Amino acid sequence: MTDPAWIDATLTAARPAAMGALLRYFRDLDQAEEAFQEACLRALQNWPKNGPPRDPAAWLILVGRNAALDAVRRSARHVELPSDELLSDLEDSEAPLAERLDDSQYRDDVLRLMFTCCHPELPATQQIALALRIVSGLTVKQIARAFLVTEPAMEQRITRAKARVGAAQIPFETPGAAERAERLAAVMTMTYLIFNEGYSAGLDEGRAPLAGEAIRLARLLLRLFPGEPEVLGLTALMLLQQSRRAARFEASGEIVLLEDQDRSRWDRELIAEGVALMDKAVRHNRPGPYQVQAAIAAIHSRAAKAADTDWAAIDSLYNALESMQPSPVVTLNRAVAIAKICGPGKALEMIAPLEQRLSGYFHYFGAKGAFLWQLGRTAEARVAFDRAIALAGSPAEAAHIRRHLDRLIPAE
Amino acid sequence: MLYTILCYNDEKVVWSWSQEEDQAVMGRLRKVQDGLIKRGVLGPSLRLMPTTAATTLRKSQEPPLVLDGPFAETKEQLLGFYVIDVENLDAALGVARELAAANPGGAYEIRPVALFNPDPRVA
Repeated sequence: MTDPAWIDATLTAARPAAMGALLRYFRDLDQAEEAFQEACLRALQNWPKNGPPRDPAAWLILVGRNAALDAVRRSARHVELPSDELLSDLEDSEAPLAERLDDSQYRDDVLRLMFTCCHPELPATQQIALALRIVSGLTVKQIARAFLVTEPAMEQRITRAKARVGAAQIPFETPGAAERAERLAAVMTMTYLIFNEGYSAGLDEGRAPLAGEAIRLARLLLRLFPGEPEVLGLTALMLLQQSRRAARFEASGEIVLLEDQDRSRWDRELIAEGVALMDKAVRHNRPGPYQVQAAIAAIHSRAAKAADTDWAAIDSLYNALESMQPSPVVTLNRAVAIAKICGPGKALEMIAPLEQRLSGYFHYFGAKGAFLWQLGRTAEARVAFDRAIALAGSPAEAAHIRRHLDRLIPAE
Repeated sequence: MLYTILCYNDEKVVWSWSQEEDQAVMGRLRKVQDGLIKRGVLGPSLRLMPTTAATTLRKSQEPPLVLDGPFAETKEQLLGFYVIDVENLDAALGVARELAAANPGGAYEIRPVALFNPDPRVA
């Protein structure tokens, strides 16, 4: 019951709510963090003796806030600290606090905490690092390892991000509906960024666990905004993508394309949950980009083998996505569906106008090379694949394209 | 006598277990369940998706109101249940203790079954 692993899991689960409330009290990330850490230390001393509290988040908020106030008092007058035994006797002190933390305030606290990390002035890399540190509670060491930088470099990145956030003065009043929606949209984008950091990494890379962390954050958002169809869509999208995790890489670390994956290795539980969330989202009749992308992922999940894929449905969903969120990347993805329906010639025509805007995009040249190869235009395919290798973001991506190139050799 | 063992825990904790942790817990539970099956004690059992996948139909009004999320906001959520066939409450508590040893944290509510309809699809 009180083994360290359980306490650790409880502290992690309570962290966003507790940090969110402490940030509201102190209006300063560093102070909130210090208070939370102090509360965690006391929990580690206290909970094994007295058992876990009914409401761990409320306990941590109260103890963290008191500890910080004690520290101020102590440095001022050396007043004796109240004993932890007093604090551990929760039932009286905790209940009124929990009541005051009514659902809406709690929700805005967590949202503010997450939004603080994805302030538009922060570059994406800093947003992700800050969110992983502040919301998820990963250590600087863990984050540094995930991003293959040294610990001091990551420490500096996070410190710089905090300074920028501090200067940006995010208001602490309860946000209005429009402002809340804006914050939620930014937080969803950041969550998906975190997911993609993990998802695009190979299984053994340090970043891989970030995909699971992003799903945990999405479930947290979903508990705060249960009726928001785009939050349902985002969570479903990540679950459906994550379901293919085990099939996406060979033992050698090489990428396996969707159509070549061993579908028996897809995680049926994640697919079922993703589909269940999409069912809920569709009822709201308020489609959005995350829902459409999740619907596309769900079509792949439904096909027992690659040849069963309903490409016409995928094409019309990409068509819808193009009108909601016009982007050359979306058109590129649609071209893959078009290649299946109308052949690679038509797809090649479709992506030609994108080349200038996607001149630095690995997947553009990967797809172009594949279409050319299917058309038997091997010399041109080779040029495209060479461009793709030069733009590859990971060794696995480069190795994947090299395999295509290897196939070209006997053809010449 | 039929009892249900209703499993409650903080889903924020349970659903952030890593795959390895989850498999370890399920493996320990499976051992206990195998013992229960041998003793002819275990009936149907199931694990629920998190409450984020739940929808609630409020039927106190006409037409009923469909709401996203669980019926009640609670600190601990219903995560699944077992149906067991045992002599009495003491025996039911014994089974719950066996399961608890394999999966600590949260609570089991032991509740006698008033009416049991077996799965009609199973002939």
